[in-house]
Amino acid sequence: MEMDWQPVWLTLKLATTTTLVLLILGTPVAWWLSRSKAWWKEIIGSLVALPLVLPPTVLGFYLLLMLGPNGPIGELTQSLGLGTLAFTFPGLVIGSVIYSLPFVVQPIRNAFEAMGERPMEVAATLRASPLERFFGIAIPLARPGFLTGSVLGFAHTVGEFGVVLMIGGNIPGETKVLSVAIYDHVETLEWEQAHWLAGGMLLFAFIVVYSMYLLEKRLRRSGR
Amino acid sequence: MSTIEVSLTKQLGDFHLDVSFKLPANGVIALFGRSGSGKTSLLRAIAGLIRPSNGVVKINGEIWQDEHQFIPTHQRPLGYVFQEASLFPHLSVRRNLEYGWRRIPKANRKIDFDSVVELLGIGPFIQRATHRLSGGERQRVAIARALLTSPRLLLMDEPLSALDHGAKRSILPYLENLNDELAIPSLYVSHDPNEVAHLADQMVVLEEGKVIATGPAANLLTQLDLPMAQFDDAAATLAGSVSAHDHTFHLTWISMHGGRVAVAREDLPVGRHARVRIQARDVSLSLKAHSDTSIINILPAIVVDTKEVNQTQMIVRLELFDGQTLLSRITRRSGLGLGLHEGMQLYAQVKSVALIG
Repeated sequence: MEMDWQPVWLTLKLATTTTLVLLILGTPVAWWLSRSKAWWKEIIGSLVALPLVLPPTVLGFYLLLMLGPNGPIGELTQSLGLGTLAFTFPGLVIGSVIYSLPFVVQPIRNAFEAMGERPMEVAATLRASPLERFFGIAIPLARPGFLTGSVLGFAHTVGEFGVVLMIGGNIPGETKVLSVAIYDHVETLEWEQAHWLAGGMLLFAFIVVYSMYLLEKRLRRSGR
Repeated sequence: MSTIEVSLTKQLGDFHLDVSFKLPANGVIALFGRSGSGKTSLLRAIAGLIRPSNGVVKINGEIWQDEHQFIPTHQRPLGYVFQEASLFPHLSVRRNLEYGWRRIPKANRKIDFDSVVELLGIGPFIQRATHRLSGGERQRVAIARALLTSPRLLLMDEPLSALDHGAKRSILPYLENLNDELAIPSLYVSHDPNEVAHLADQMVVLEEGKVIATGPAANLLTQLDLPMAQFDDAAATLAGSVSAHDHTFHLTWISMHGGRVAVAREDLPVGRHARVRIQARDVSLSLKAHSDTSIINILPAIVVDTKEVNQTQMIVRLELFDGQTLLSRITRRSGLGLGLHEGMQLYAQVKSVALIG
């Protein structure tokens, strides 16, 4: 049997990129959700959480319309000379970011909320500017939330299927990720390859969940 | 001119804070009142942690807030000690201490790192993680951390209230020491008259968000129209100096102008300044100076005020010859029997005296 590693590397690349983008975009959103007193805060909160309940195909369908040649984002990227993002790796990243958003934002928001106002107030009385407080106090204190968020975001992206199928299709090396590859193998009755990939995913999922437990336990024991 | 000038109004839910006072900025100023009187809100507003709708905060002529400007907390030269130590859990004791200190330009550091560590006895556990400290140790680190920013005003929000009795007693001497060693004026929130008597020179008394009195602490604590004198454990503070030691009976005499009291022998040099605390219920009154009594502390005094505290008891405010005040809690029946009236001269018999430094 010949093992095709390309979907594995592509999946890891997608999940890593998505997680990094989510950490950069999700942190300010999580902070704002944890601190804002605006009445429409929970409307944004619900929008962020929407991918939790929405069928991935619905999300993929709308994304396809938006990114496609006649969608608003598609027209924008075309006018910038980038072509359309549908059926490309960057398009896949956009889809994954939206799809995995709640898994990263929610744990970070919880951690920011759990830490309360006090540490930031103390830091202010110790002359720390708002930015110094955010990077020197809030982020380190929310570390468990960041760890949980990264692991969940990464793992969730690895496991996505519906969105990828809708906006990514099945282009080897570009959009053919693990879950799609497994589907492909089954369709073409290549049971052995499907077994290897599916088994690997099973093992991966177990290791992720188990190390999360261990990590959480260790963080709690060290007092933080 | 070094003064603290504060004038603030703020609506917090159904609570209305409307406070105004101006006091000389030296020593410890107690912000006193029962819980819910607005002490903590006032302190937070002075620090800029809450933003009063309008107000003025001027410290030593420097404007922290007025109608034109609001300096954010991190730009105010203050130190703040919260009720709970609130140490940063992700930093060691040393890093906690350095957090504010390293933000102060070298030229502005008036307080030496090592001497603060020594003053608060932090040396033995400075390398430890914060969660390995006892409650008292944590609060000492919090105080040191605030001091290391070389503040021009130290704000303390009941720093002892979260501690058990033993830890409290172990920190009080450090706090008293602080006032002697570092000339930083401080505002000290407290609901405990005893703590105020120990630490404060002046006090601001708050009730339901308003200032009801300001002035020297020893004087206000004995004023009968304020709540403190009516507490069950009301007491007066007298300042004097060590005048003699009695080796035979193991006593130390503390003299004031026009009287002296004895405490259990203390190893203090003669002439040293000393303060004593006398509970109102330990003071009985007599028309004559008896010698046929077991009580050795007898102070001549004049009645300046009386007030019934309940149906059985009354409280009497007395003035010694040097103008210091004393409280006596007696039964209404005794008061009537003595024929108490303002200006009356009599003798206060003091059963028990505590030296407070």
